[in-house]
Amino acid sequence: MSEDEEDERGGGEGKRWSPDLIGGREGGSGGADPPPLSDQVLENVLENVLQFLDSRRDRNAASLVCRSWCRAEAQTRRDLFIGNCYAVSPARAVERFRRVRALVLKGKPRFADFSLVPPRWGAGFYPWLAALVPAYPWLERLCLKRMFVSDDDLSLLAKSFPSFRDLTLICCEGFGTAGLAAIAEHCRHLRVLDLIENDVEEEMVDWVSRFSTTSLESLVFDCVGCAVNLDALEALVARSPSLRRLRVNQHISVGHLRRLMARAPQLTHLGTGSFGDGGGGGGEVEVADLRAAFAASMSLECLSGFRDLASEYLPAIYPVCANLTSLNLSFADITAEQLRPVIIRCHNLQTFWVLDTVGDEGLLAVAATCKDLRELRVFPLDASEDSEGSVSDVGLVAISQGCRNLRSILYFCQRMTNAAVATMSENCQELFVFRLCIMGRHRPDHLTREPMDEGFGAIVMNCKKLTRLAVSGLLTDKAFGYIGKYGKLLRTLSVAFAGNSDLALRYVLEGCPKLQKLEIRDSPFGDAGLLSGIHHYYNMRFLWMNSCKLSIRGCKEVARRLPHLVVEVIRDKLEEDDVEAVEKLYMYRSLAGRRDDAPPFVEIL
Amino acid sequence: MEEDFRKGEGRPQLLDLIPNERDWMVKDVGGGGKCFGVSEEKKLELRLGLPGGEDWPAVKEKREEHSIQSALSLGHYSKVSKTICTNPSPVGAKRGFLDTVESKTEVFQQQQPGFLQLQAKGKELSQKTNGRAEQQSLEKKACGSPAAHGSAAAPCGDGAGANNSSQTRTAPTPVVGWPPIRSFRRNLASISKPSLESQNGGPETAVKFENGRKGLFVKINMDGIPIGRKVDLKAYDSYEKLSLAVGELFQGLLAAQRDPLTAGTQKNAEQKQAITGLLDGSGEYTLVYEDDEGDRMLVGDVPWDMFVSTAKRLRVLKSSELSASSLGAVSRKRTAT
Repeated sequence: MSEDEEDERGGGEGKRWSPDLIGGREGGSGGADPPPLSDQVLENVLENVLQFLDSRRDRNAASLVCRSWCRAEAQTRRDLFIGNCYAVSPARAVERFRRVRALVLKGKPRFADFSLVPPRWGAGFYPWLAALVPAYPWLERLCLKRMFVSDDDLSLLAKSFPSFRDLTLICCEGFGTAGLAAIAEHCRHLRVLDLIENDVEEEMVDWVSRFSTTSLESLVFDCVGCAVNLDALEALVARSPSLRRLRVNQHISVGHLRRLMARAPQLTHLGTGSFGDGGGGGGEVEVADLRAAFAASMSLECLSGFRDLASEYLPAIYPVCANLTSLNLSFADITAEQLRPVIIRCHNLQTFWVLDTVGDEGLLAVAATCKDLRELRVFPLDASEDSEGSVSDVGLVAISQGCRNLRSILYFCQRMTNAAVATMSENCQELFVFRLCIMGRHRPDHLTREPMDEGFGAIVMNCKKLTRLAVSGLLTDKAFGYIGKYGKLLRTLSVAFAGNSDLALRYVLEGCPKLQKLEIRDSPFGDAGLLSGIHHYYNMRFLWMNSCKLSIRGCKEVARRLPHLVVEVIRDKLEEDDVEAVEKLYMYRSLAGRRDDAPPFVEIL
Repeated sequence: MEEDFRKGEGRPQLLDLIPNERDWMVKDVGGGGKCFGVSEEKKLELRLGLPGGEDWPAVKEKREEHSIQSALSLGHYSKVSKTICTNPSPVGAKRGFLDTVESKTEVFQQQQPGFLQLQAKGKELSQKTNGRAEQQSLEKKACGSPAAHGSAAAPCGDGAGANNSSQTRTAPTPVVGWPPIRSFRRNLASISKPSLESQNGGPETAVKFENGRKGLFVKINMDGIPIGRKVDLKAYDSYEKLSLAVGELFQGLLAAQRDPLTAGTQKNAEQKQAITGLLDGSGEYTLVYEDDEGDRMLVGDVPWDMFVSTAKRLRVLKSSELSASSLGAVSRKRTAT
């Protein structure tokens, strides 16, 4: 889902962005001059070669060689990735890349997930759709993240692209079951409909019975809040021999699940819905019957769901545990005792998401068995600052000792120590992503009472592959000094309630050459810190700062000196209490200039 | 920063005083295991000095110079309430406050004398908190409120609003979008899972339901009582029954609190006041709830079933506190009582 995970596999962004270099990036003017004849031959040859190039980083590099290469590359690029929908205008993108079959488009900044971006801020899909329809009639795949997509958009999409195959919507909003019905009905060759963590309007439309495709491979709808037509779903599953991934929502009880599984024993990814008796539908199910259903689904590698878990059903999954590479129990309120018999069978687990209710003890059990664990996410049952907090530094150390191959960790806790974080940095040298969230703000090391500087310092120092970091707890400028000094590969940094002064921001902006995405909240950084990054902002995708100490003067200065940067000041309230202070700042490089769909509460400097 | 403090002033709102969630999480004084818990318990006596010097090596050097200011601000916040212990409210909260104050004063030194700033901040912050509290509940879903200065203002939320549960308050007023959890992951805790406990003879005491359906237990707190209860909304089918049950739940605790010496003895049975008028505003207390959008609502407006499906927590507020017309007035009133 995120680019960090992509990057591990060798894809990802990372091109040098320079507005002066023609044809050097996604929005470059590719086809300006017609080439002389001999060059035309060369270009044809080039195209034949370049079509094998997959990674967009490689492609971006190739396009910088010369105009000829740029044109050839543009003609052969099938997969277009737009990391910020406002960085380039749709017209420009479709003009350069004429033969795109797959598009990834990202909209709002990530802090929108935490209600920090007001509604109606932007990232509407329609302007892009309007450009795509005439330009790419053979469009096959679309992935939208944090965009506003309406039912009409989905309907237009479904009717405009006859070869359309894959639709993935992540953290989007604005659409509902009516839009899904349109997709289901008109996309006759639909293979993938993945709805991940979207805010779906419950329009009471029976979209599941509208599917017209027979080649469905993946159907993920656990974020759809309303119940679906179960018979229609079962029929759909029954007539989809290629179905490999099915993730249902919490309205599906174990009774229904069992029926679905019987229809699709070839599934590799299963989202189990409630995994409880849920409202009495589907009838009571014996654990043994459920277990038999799992025993018949030995292709399963990825299990999720468990939204309303009745824990007596948990043992039903034992037969497939040994094959699992991914297990998501992050909605299941279970204890260490309940987890243990499950996890002890999951030797091959690589990805594990869980709630902190399993405690340090549960994590010990994970560490003891899951030797190949690559990604761990521990979510809090009670996401408030003074909650009990059942996991701590103890669990973190245990994981670091047992799971030496760990690449990515997201850990919510209430108590942490520098020693534990340092231990993890030493044990887990493969870490790409380290996100630690100590939920109480400004919390120091709970044993030594010192700031968490040394712990995070150890992470950036020892984990040489680190590309993404999220910090928390009591942090002084020193921590940022470490980040600036050692975080040479860092691309994404998330900061909250940390630092003492502008120095911290300066350390980071001056020290991290690869920094692309910087999101900061509630930290005492002001104009001086902001201005210290002038040399670097064109190399970044965006900078987000809210509730810091910025003023309009500093932001205007940045806007003045960097004309290709869009500097948005977002005001939640339109009162002119204090025109000087800037509450929310979102700035990003763009070839499109200031956007024309900005709402009244956004001021573009 | 100050502008944000002023923003809260012009917002007379109904349910403004209790900085919502933070207040709801009333913790057992004796309960250890929380982050702040351990140091908390030692700090119950009234202190005008800085909380626990030994806990703050990071800010020790600044402590002396700020001690006067801090003492004043602590004094400003010390709540005079029904509660037995008037504790310079949650160490944790003040810690946050001190931290940010110290960090802010470093920068602000050029602009204002730190001392005066703290004095001024005191009032503003308490007003701000109240403003933020209701902004919090109102705007939770939508945009970010001036949660901006949550770090500075938040602890004051405790000061102003924590008079109900002083010694157990540990953390500042919640801030928008913190901790950084997406909305569909929030409120997992409010639906308790009795079925888990009743399985396979687990060590926890099981709460069995005769009809096999899981109950919907939600937390319920009452102003002035640090220890909360849980009620099963599914066990009632009307507001009247719920109101009666709530009244009974807290009767004993309330009486015990008012008169610890005689609570529970037989001769006081008739002296126990029934808690009535929860729904119509006629009683000393009023019942409110927090819905799935995080807003605080008066109980009784929507059909019972809709209420059960959207209520995440309950709270019994003092009716007098519902009718505050301005935040400033309220905070002053609070310190006066």
